[in-house]
Amino acid sequence: MSTLTTKTGSPKRRLGDLVFANLTRAAGLTILVVLAGVAIFLTVQGAPALGAKSVDLKGHANFLGYVAPLVFGTLLAAAIALAIALPLSLGVALAVSHFAPRRLAAPIGYVIDLLAAVPSVVYGLWGISFLGPQLGTVYQWLGDHLGWIPLFAGTPLNDGRTILTAGMVLAIMVLPIITAITREIFIQTPRLNQEAALALGATRWEMVRLAVLPYGRSGIVSAAMLGLGRALGETMAVAMVLSVGSGGVVSFKLLTASNPSTIAANIALTFSDATSVQRNVLIASGLVLFVITFAVNFGARAIVARYDTGSK
Amino acid sequence: MAKSIDVSDLNIYYSDFLAVEGVNMTIKARSVTALIGPSGCGKSTFLRTLNRMHEVIPGARVEGKVAVDGQSLYDASIDPVEVRRMIGMVFQRPNPFPTMSIYENVLAGLRLNNKKLSKSDADAVVERSLQAANLWNEVKDRLNKPGMGLSGGQQQRLCIARAIAVEPQVLLMDEPCSALDPISTSAVEDLIHELKEQYTIVIVTHNMQQAARVSEDTAFFNLAATGKPGRLVEMNPTKKIFSVPDEEATEAYISGRFG
Amino acid sequence: MATLETAPSTGASLRGARLPRYAPALAGALSIIAAVLVGMLLSWSIAGIVVLAVLIDLIGLTTWSRLVENARAAKNRLVTSLIWTSLGIAFVPLASLLYEAVSKGGSQINGRFLSWTMRNVVNEPGGIYHAIIGTLLITFAATIISVPIGLLTAVYLVEYSAGSRTASWIRFLVDVMTGIPSIVAGLFAYALFSLILGPGTQFGLGGSVALSLLMMPILVRSSEEMLKLVPSDLREASYALGVPKWKTIIRVVIPTAMAGIITGITLAIARVIGETAPLLIICGATPSLNYSLFHGQMASLPVFIYYSYTQPGQNPEILQNMAWGAALVLILIVMILNILARLAGRFFAPKSGH
Repeated sequence: MSTLTTKTGSPKRRLGDLVFANLTRAAGLTILVVLAGVAIFLTVQGAPALGAKSVDLKGHANFLGYVAPLVFGTLLAAAIALAIALPLSLGVALAVSHFAPRRLAAPIGYVIDLLAAVPSVVYGLWGISFLGPQLGTVYQWLGDHLGWIPLFAGTPLNDGRTILTAGMVLAIMVLPIITAITREIFIQTPRLNQEAALALGATRWEMVRLAVLPYGRSGIVSAAMLGLGRALGETMAVAMVLSVGSGGVVSFKLLTASNPSTIAANIALTFSDATSVQRNVLIASGLVLFVITFAVNFGARAIVARYDTGSK
Repeated sequence: MAKSIDVSDLNIYYSDFLAVEGVNMTIKARSVTALIGPSGCGKSTFLRTLNRMHEVIPGARVEGKVAVDGQSLYDASIDPVEVRRMIGMVFQRPNPFPTMSIYENVLAGLRLNNKKLSKSDADAVVERSLQAANLWNEVKDRLNKPGMGLSGGQQQRLCIARAIAVEPQVLLMDEPCSALDPISTSAVEDLIHELKEQYTIVIVTHNMQQAARVSEDTAFFNLAATGKPGRLVEMNPTKKIFSVPDEEATEAYISGRFG
Repeated sequence: MATLETAPSTGASLRGARLPRYAPALAGALSIIAAVLVGMLLSWSIAGIVVLAVLIDLIGLTTWSRLVENARAAKNRLVTSLIWTSLGIAFVPLASLLYEAVSKGGSQINGRFLSWTMRNVVNEPGGIYHAIIGTLLITFAATIISVPIGLLTAVYLVEYSAGSRTASWIRFLVDVMTGIPSIVAGLFAYALFSLILGPGTQFGLGGSVALSLLMMPILVRSSEEMLKLVPSDLREASYALGVPKWKTIIRVVIPTAMAGIITGITLAIARVIGETAPLLIICGATPSLNYSLFHGQMASLPVFIYYSYTQPGQNPEILQNMAWGAALVLILIVMILNILARLAGRFFAPKSGH
């Protein structure tokens, strides 16, 4: 065995390690700085909105009055999206994990990935040119026959570009996210619990109800919140599909032409023609959106973190 | 009335792989039958065909006949769900439902069948089953606590209580004590002694002393050679198997020459 | 030790009736026939007939099962049918969208479409060359910005601070960052450059900055997962040979994880290449070709699609059809990227030498 003459801790080596280590640490801190930067810059550029006059605020007296209907619209569209997407996603996830033959699991997964890959602007195109007109006739029927239900009151819009349609397009965009997460969770349900249910004489659905769904409860909640976060921030699909009513409407009527706009869609639609002050207002509304989605995502991840250590 | 089971010419497959072949046996009503044999010889696989749990694995199937009181379990017109309600199972590792309390765990099977179970009826069933499983005194003051909070032995007795709450005809037990400490094991064995007055019990065990302690009849399974399917080598009253068995292979196994 | 007071019940007979194995298929076929007949009578659209068929099937099969079998089996069949229905519902939009894209956009794609710009094009179809170039340049620059930061952060998380509180916090915040709406990223870039370069600046690099904001969290997480998969034995073998840590990471760990890292990068690119909102705000739009990321507005495919469809001008058909053509091109690019990502995984994996 030859003797090794090592230059322990030679200055050159230490330098390399030092430089590299600090480089990576700097990269990590950059992420934090960027996140803080987003909040800071939006606040700085959005601050003038607080003093804006009503001519820049679409006629509202102050910024709060301007942004409140937008927040309402954002929440309404996202709520519609989640109400449609959540049951569908759970159905698809259960189909893949427990109801479909094994061979179909991978192809179905590819199709769901395809759904996720389509850009939002293309969904918007499809929404305006296809889904809206198709739904227009349905809305007509609903308005004629079920118009006594408050949701369906008012004159139905025949090109179908209502907040309900926008919500449906959002639901399709959010579905892949929720499906992917919940599918993973359902697959990981312990075999032992599933077999316990079956051995008691449970049908397949009863087994799912007894063993799979309770196990995946927290995962389903956090997946839904992640989907919600996505729906809150989605811009183009809503901007293109929605036929926006005048002046910040707050209404639950789903079939008519007077639709509330969302924060994101409002920014996209009015930014290019906005004056400098109006742009400040839009940036301020973007800050509001940032805070809302940050809170939702923070909550979703916190739920995952809390239950992850416990469930196994 | 607890029932007897007749198995004729049973072949058990995993897709195209023949795991156990040509089993013929009769399991007597209201007695304990033990299934023994070396690892991998198919005794658990065979056990799971008795309540049609084997077919839960994709591709798994059987040929031949399994009949309970003359009624064949594998007829096309028979729903496996019904079979499993009649034939209960306790697994190797305790598996109480994690999100349910002790009370809810015991009732889990019953709740599937009866939409309306009045509170007093439900309480009566829970007490009866936990008494029968020798667990009542230990948990009667904390029925609403999670099932997972019990010790291993207690969890297994909870699973037994859950299984007998639905009043099955037959109780299958797949190495129920292998995950338990000696004291819990002896508690479960005492329990089996009591249960056999009401139920037909089939128990798979690796522990020959356990088989000798609890069972009236014993069936010895073995592999012909590695890679060959498992077979039933001999089935006889337990006393005979452990003293003067008919087959040489049985003699070799119980005297520890292999296994 | 109490014994059971009541003996087990004298055995429910097993022989309940069951629906034949072909029952679901039969019910489905009958529903379709019934729905078609009704639909033709009332002259409904195909969509209406399909909905009717599904409804008839759901109600019919469940009722049939309830009558022949029992309530629990019926419920099981109902839920199973609902689950398959939801699968179908999930596929319909994708099928419809792809059909629209191919039928309306496919006819647009020809040599002129792909090589002309919209400069000086009035009342006739032009091309999307400028948009394609813009998209490629902006996304390329975004990748250049985000890959080093993302990869090095992942290295930091895995190699230098694994398990520490800082790492948990960074990881947590990175996860939260994946939820930033794309329009907020665009606003950030706009606000940033308004401060630095003057209000209202629009140029290509701004879009790259916004897109990199969206790419970074994805890259950090996927690279982190790939680096974690590298077995520690490999690192230790390298240390034992006297190789310093930083060289080990660069020469051993990263190359081993390279396949997964490249897959992650490709997927991140596929994710942001279709983003419209930030580019709308900070890159603007132009009919001309612009090769410079640093000066002037730059066209991009998503923004082109948006403006062409929503502000089509005098002959709406022309621009709206072009929008579909561009949409098809965009979808194809994203799909190709996804396929490349999978192939990259296979291609760059360490050769097993068999």
